Amino acid sequence: MDALNAALGLVVGGDARLLGIIALSLRVSLSAVLLASLFALPFGALMAVRRFPGRRSLTVIINGFMGLPAVVVGLLVYLLLSRAGPLGPLGLLFTPTAMVIAQAMLVTPLLVALTRQIIADAWREYEELLHSLGASAFQATATLLWDARYSLFTVLLAGFGRAIAEVGAVMIVGGNIDGVTRVMTTAIALETTKGDLPLAMALGVILVALVLIINAFTFVTSSWAQRRFG
Amino acid sequence: MDGVFPLVLTDVGFAPGGVALLNHIDLRIEAGSRTLILGANGAGKSVLMRLMHGLLTPSSGSVAWNDGKARPSAQAMVFQRPVMLRRSTLANIAYGLKLNGVPLAVRGARAQQALARVGLAHLGERPARVLSGGEQQRIALARAWALEPRILFLDEPTASLDPSAAREVERIVSDIHQSGATIVMTTHNLGQARRLAEEIIFLHQGRITECTPATEFFQRPRSAEAETYLRGELL
Repeated sequence: MDALNAALGLVVGGDARLLGIIALSLRVSLSAVLLASLFALPFGALMAVRRFPGRRSLTVIINGFMGLPAVVVGLLVYLLLSRAGPLGPLGLLFTPTAMVIAQAMLVTPLLVALTRQIIADAWREYEELLHSLGASAFQATATLLWDARYSLFTVLLAGFGRAIAEVGAVMIVGGNIDGVTRVMTTAIALETTKGDLPLAMALGVILVALVLIINAFTFVTSSWAQRRFG
Repeated sequence: MDGVFPLVLTDVGFAPGGVALLNHIDLRIEAGSRTLILGANGAGKSVLMRLMHGLLTPSSGSVAWNDGKARPSAQAMVFQRPVMLRRSTLANIAYGLKLNGVPLAVRGARAQQALARVGLAHLGERPARVLSGGEQQRIALARAWALEPRILFLDEPTASLDPSAAREVERIVSDIHQSGATIVMTTHNLGQARRLAEEIIFLHQGRITECTPATEFFQRPRSAEAETYLRGELL
């Protein structure tokens, strides 16, 4: 009970350390989702529209990768960025950039799979019309992405929810350095083992609230778009 | 005349996956004609129209326009269920213009004009997908008309509409024909076929059994299949 009071005190009082951790979490996960979406949205759309050999197998693999364990992605990015790794000379390990890269890799399969599904459904409806009007594959893809924009926005929110809640990848490639790479999930893990329950709980409450808000926002967005645009 | 017509189909067959849907289709569509394709469900009406429009490629035979192009841009198609993009009514029409290379500067005016011609000028800014089925089909007609097609294909455009919306679509189709477009259309509504057709193509199990002027077709169909079909519809 004391711990809970202390946690609420930290939240209400706007503790600087707490705010710093939250800000970094948001920055890293938002950047990761934006970075991933640059590749994942067009790629998912192309997978839906274009026919190529191995499309089915690729779909199965990417769907499977939606549940990729975060620690494995962390390990992979660690190997890439470590001194001896291929990208070692960039010196990115244990920086927020490394965390962005890891989370982007983590959410990419999720974004690709959900985008592919949404665009495939839209394509089934639009295919004949777009062919009839003479759209090229590129024009068709761009049209589908734009027309599915509200659904795709909720896909991005789903990706953000996955990114901000994971701990394994950012722990490994970020190193949980105080004031540099410490985010909400890694802080909770550390403070719990240290026994500093108030900070851990305060962060836990905020994280859960954030995830709930994202989900509510997703729901509101899609029902609004459905009413407004059909 | 720009020499797009006639559209000539020579011994066309269509058999996706080995299942023959159309066989030995020989057909000639002349400029300015108003042709209705009749036949029972599964006779191949929609497939035939998609082959002419270029949405499908024949398994055998040839679909040839007079100018030799595989798929001239001077054509448009309206489907049974109108497909509206998730944007405003005007933007739906302007989208078709954009894909056909109409410069941005004139797209808006042309879209507005097309919308006025189908009597929906007041719906320009409304999101197209929340409008009624009848309104959406008229917007689909406006989108096709705005392209100023030399030939317009319509696949059962009134099948899911109520009678008054269907009459409105018929009026617009007549207007599009008046403006100089050749019309090729399928329907299950014989009253509609009587009102609109100059030529009737009758399809039965993937073959054309006759190609007859409309007045003659409804009096004395030449093929036994068409006679049975007409009698069945009257029962």
